[in-house]
Amino acid sequence: MSLSSAELDAIYLTAALATVTTAILLLVGTPLAWWLSRRRGNGPALVEALVALPLILPPTVLGFYLLLMFAPDTAFGRAWEALTGSRLAFSFSALVIGSVIYSLPFVVQPLQSAFGRVPESLLQTAATLGAGPADQFRSVVLPLTARSFVTAASLGFAHTVGEFGVVLMIGGNIPGETQVLSIALFDYVESLRFAEAHRLAAGLVAFSLLVLFLLYRGEGRRALRLQPADEQP
Amino acid sequence: MSGLAIRLDCPGDRGFRLGLDCTLPGAGVTAICGPSGSGKTTLLECIAGLRDPGPGALVRLGDTTWHGAGDPTPPWRRDIGYVFSDARLFPHLSVRGNLDYARKRRAPNAGADTADVVAWLELDELLERRPETLSAGQRQRVAIGRALLRAPRLLLLDEPLANLDAGASTRCLRCLQRLTGELALPMIYVSHAIEEVTQLADHLLLLEAGRAVAQGPLLELCSRLDNRLSREEGAAAILHATVASHDAHYGLTALDVEGHTLWVTGLDATPGSGRRVRIPARDVSLCRRAPDDSSILNILPVTIDAIEYTGAARATLRLALGGQFLLARITRRSVEKLQLQPGDNVYTQIKSAALLMEATDPP
Repeated sequence: MSLSSAELDAIYLTAALATVTTAILLLVGTPLAWWLSRRRGNGPALVEALVALPLILPPTVLGFYLLLMFAPDTAFGRAWEALTGSRLAFSFSALVIGSVIYSLPFVVQPLQSAFGRVPESLLQTAATLGAGPADQFRSVVLPLTARSFVTAASLGFAHTVGEFGVVLMIGGNIPGETQVLSIALFDYVESLRFAEAHRLAAGLVAFSLLVLFLLYRGEGRRALRLQPADEQP
Repeated sequence: MSGLAIRLDCPGDRGFRLGLDCTLPGAGVTAICGPSGSGKTTLLECIAGLRDPGPGALVRLGDTTWHGAGDPTPPWRRDIGYVFSDARLFPHLSVRGNLDYARKRRAPNAGADTADVVAWLELDELLERRPETLSAGQRQRVAIGRALLRAPRLLLLDEPLANLDAGASTRCLRCLQRLTGELALPMIYVSHAIEEVTQLADHLLLLEAGRAVAQGPLLELCSRLDNRLSREEGAAAILHATVASHDAHYGLTALDVEGHTLWVTGLDATPGSGRRVRIPARDVSLCRRAPDDSSILNILPVTIDAIEYTGAARATLRLALGGQFLLARITRRSVEKLQLQPGDNVYTQIKSAALLMEATDPP
């Protein structure tokens, strides 16, 4: 069974979207998760709630507001057009923005909980050994939480591949531009082409299962190497 | 070089205020002793910059002001080594990695060689091990080595022996002793146990509820009656002695203290070397005339310097032996029966004296 060129386009587009989204999420999510893991109070709690919102909100709600915001006659839409020279609504860039917001909790939460497990005492120790804050993060936090970055990136990637509602609302269904796998699948079902629908659906199931399996296997094998400081071997 | 000037007035962890205005020596080992919760660790954290003592505070070593003028120096720019009571090795690095962590971050061409530090702290067997496979004592020695490789101008030790058993503790202490001989590095050693610091320290600061209650040379403070040390159950005087000779037949070593001979058990001291001797007050008794039929070997002529009554039944006496002092803990009844007065010349019987490690005191 061979895939049609439209299907290949959808696969490529989905992979590109997930890759770009994951890269942005790691860049944005790492400092955000670090900040959240080291702060207590109302401000951080509100930010934490905002980050977690996409977990419980119907994706269509998010998509609806983003659609309104991306319209060419809003301040945001106009600013985007002035900066990039192209319209935001129904573009690949719109999908990336939507996906970043939609998948944010899947990257921020594992990182935040891993950062929270790095004891403050080790950072203090690093400071007394001459390491400034950036050096402490690079030389102590990153090595101790490397595993969680893999988890966060995998979850962010896989969740972006599986997104549907937001993409449907803000992306439209333009083959080669915004028609990702989940939309293509929806198209097949609507036009009663179940054989093709099966192919894409089973492929997505297999992909998601593989990602999660690799993740859980890795987690079990090499848990975060942290120990209470006074533990006697 | 002038000392470490400290002026603090900041809240501690347990409801007290740490209020201190003192200058600690810029050389040798200064012990900070006090019960738990007296502000010892808070003080170290303020010195290291891990805790902000607030405006008005001063932390200055020689002509380097770490806190006081302008913005406080952040901890990573203070040349201070900090040994925590729980070692705090980095779990993702080997022993060598932990040592290199400090060495890579110090000023070029500064500080001790890794090879020397490894030798002083007996780490050569441990270099490739992971921290989680080390015993508590090994971890603590690595932590001390790591702090030294930061090339500090001041080394802070926060109860480094607190979690160690007797054997590991002795070995760790021996290594620290070696360091005081090898390096001209001022150290501040925090402990709740005075017995522990009498092995090492030259200078002593006693803390109670965030206040300094006494400060001075260790040997002097240990034999004074005006601080809490002499009232403690385990009160003991520390004397400086020179190892005179060995009596292999009886397994005894003769020490010279102010021209008098003091016998201790064991033969491990090198003749000619200076050593500290610890004499517990409760093992010292007095008599008016020198007994000639006592089982006690050490009978020395002393002069009563001062008498302090501690409670209804007991008295603590300070006894001058040449220029040094002993403490004796006897009953009030004995004081009255023998009609002991300051200035009296009496004989003291010393039941036990413990030789401490190689002393760093000047002879």
